[in-house]
Amino acid sequence: MVSLKIKIGDLKLNNPVMNASGTFGWAEEFKDFLELKRLGALITKTITLKPHRGNPPPRTCETPAGMLNCIGLENPGIDNFIKEKLPLLKKIGIPIVVSIGYLEAPEELILLARHLNSLKEVSALELNISCPNIKTKAPHQRLVSQDPVLTYKIIKRLRRVTHKPLITKLSPNVTDITEIAQAAKRAGTDAVALINTLTGMSIDIKNRRPRLSLITAGLSGPAIRPIAIRMVWQVYQKVKIPIIGMGGIIDMPSAIEFFLAGATAIAIGTANFINPGVISEIIEGIRGYLKENKMKDIKELIGALQG
Amino acid sequence: MAKQIKARIIESLRLTLGYHKLLLSAEGITQLARPGQFINIKVCQDYEPLLRRPFSIHRIKDAYLEIIFKIVGKATELLSKKDQGDYLDIIGPLGKGFWIFDSSAWVPILVGGGIGIAPLLFLGEYLKHLGFLSIVLIGAKKKDEILAEEDFRRIGCKVKVSTEDGSRGFKGKVTDLLIKVLKKGSFPKEAIIYACGPRRMLEEINLISKRYRVSAQVSLEEHMACGIGACFGCVVNTRDGYKRVCKDGPVFNIDEIVWNNL
Ligand SMILES: Cc1cc2nc3c(=O)[nH]c(=O)nc-3n(C[C@H](O)[C@H](O)[C@H](O)COP(=O)(O)OP(=O)(O)OC[C@H]3O[C@@H](n4cnc5c(N)ncnc54)[C@H](O)[C@@H]3O)c2cc1C
Ligand SMILES: Cc1cc2nc3c(=O)[nH]c(=O)nc-3n(C[C@H](O)[C@H](O)[C@H](O)COP(=O)(O)O)c2cc1C
Ligand code: FES
Repeated sequence: MVSLKIKIGDLKLNNPVMNASGTFGWAEEFKDFLELKRLGALITKTITLKPHRGNPPPRTCETPAGMLNCIGLENPGIDNFIKEKLPLLKKIGIPIVVSIGYLEAPEELILLARHLNSLKEVSALELNISCPNIKTKAPHQRLVSQDPVLTYKIIKRLRRVTHKPLITKLSPNVTDITEIAQAAKRAGTDAVALINTLTGMSIDIKNRRPRLSLITAGLSGPAIRPIAIRMVWQVYQKVKIPIIGMGGIIDMPSAIEFFLAGATAIAIGTANFINPGVISEIIEGIRGYLKENKMKDIKELIGALQG
Repeated sequence: MAKQIKARIIESLRLTLGYHKLLLSAEGITQLARPGQFINIKVCQDYEPLLRRPFSIHRIKDAYLEIIFKIVGKATELLSKKDQGDYLDIIGPLGKGFWIFDSSAWVPILVGGGIGIAPLLFLGEYLKHLGFLSIVLIGAKKKDEILAEEDFRRIGCKVKVSTEDGSRGFKGKVTDLLIKVLKKGSFPKEAIIYACGPRRMLEEINLISKRYRVSAQVSLEEHMACGIGACFGCVVNTRDGYKRVCKDGPVFNIDEIVWNNL
């Protein structure tokens, strides 16, 4: 028997494989394709304080080995989420991580965290300070996770209002990811999740227009995997903090790469769209890989990159 | 309920220049399918193209499923080159299909523009099975692009054809043909329109349905990354806000859609 159990702060997972935020509907969309309770944890779509419409269509398009999206955090808002969605998610019987985001001001995150702190159905919070697809009033304003000082400040304030394990999701659209991860760690985050999507753009040469409504959008899928692996590895080297690795994982080998680079857990995004049972296959694949390599515990794999 | 299966290609057929038909053995999906639903196909093992592509279910015969498609890009090009005996990874049936009024008080009018005829044959056959014969209006740019005409005739539907260049049937748009049919007004009963086609045609049908007070259902298209409701990419603006075409549609009641602000 191999053990896939891991811990992130106080969050205990039966296995280290979860879905990436925003790529798993409300979970029920997947019940025909896998047993939901096999996921290590379920991460919700990013929830905001108020209900949010998101961006107009077209919101997605395919690019070489990847895709762009500008969904723009469409969600029912925290109150409706708690009333309508959370009870159903809880029934699955696995830890529920609620991803929280802001639309206008980062302060919204404080209110959200306060709100969710008292709910026992919520196992942890993921702080999405890295969504590239919200139209802010000042369009060139930086995302919180593009600035170590802002990152530090918001996490510090959040730590005061919640005891829940806190995962901070970082943007790859930065010069030095380790600087941001370090700031997040110092402010008291329990883990970092990397990476969110890379900002990209695609043009339809027939009508000479941008393919997507927001013009720029977030790139995901296998195309971004080498960047994600590099960032996980850099953060693992420099910052001692659990990492949830993601970006282009589509099968067992690509999942194993992330553990070798230093991830404690992984999340699957775009691959769910192509193969809705993929999370289950990856969990089995990891088990098989460990057995084949005579390892007993997933922890032996974490950061086991040979020099 | 949807399934992911490996479907064997029983027949691959070029219909006319740029259009193609595939007959698949799709046991497991065929029993569950309803008219208006679609399947999502992974056309190759690797990354090009990466995402699945949605196709309407054109027809079901026992454990066989047919799709027809227009070659417009990489995935449809690849699909058209598949051979008999190849396997396709497909998911289906997906989405909500047409609502069927099981009452002889209604005359169904099926309106298909171009490749939009795809989901309507399954509907026509289904209605026939329930004992209703449809009026079918098929619109195309020119006569070689008229699809499925014989199939509709064979089941006894009353078929009318329009071409934009006048090379066959009514000269003009299929929506003008629809107006002509409605104007005749010789229906003893109420009509209900089931339509699929380009966005502009559906907008036109919206106006017609209001003007002639006929109810209508339309099958919409949006770019889809997942086809199962997971990504919230394929939304359409409705009176209740954005809805997912792949999950809440692709068929919508025409009054639900906010046509002037998509
Ligand atoms: C529910 C649904 C049912 C469909 N049923 C059929 C069908 O029965 N027969 C058929 O021929 N086609 C159907 N389509 C459209 C079909 O999915 C696209 O033509 C196909 O995905 C194109 O893939 P490609 O790689 O060949 O082209 P791409 O290289 O992806 O695109 C080529 C061109 O087509 C446009 N395009 C691609 N996908 C779509 C789309 N979903 N809607 C509108 N424009 C698009 C692109 O913008 C581009 O200009 C359906 C679409 C939906 C959403
Ligand atoms: C359609 C779509 C929606 C997403 N929505 C969110 C979101 O709401 N919150 C978030 O933190 N990340 C979101 N992401 C980013 C993913 O969680 C993930 O970080 C990214 O896609 C990289 O992983 P992947 O290559 O496996 O998809 C979204 C990604 C996609 C493709
Ligand atoms: S295509 Fe993903 S939600 Fe419809």
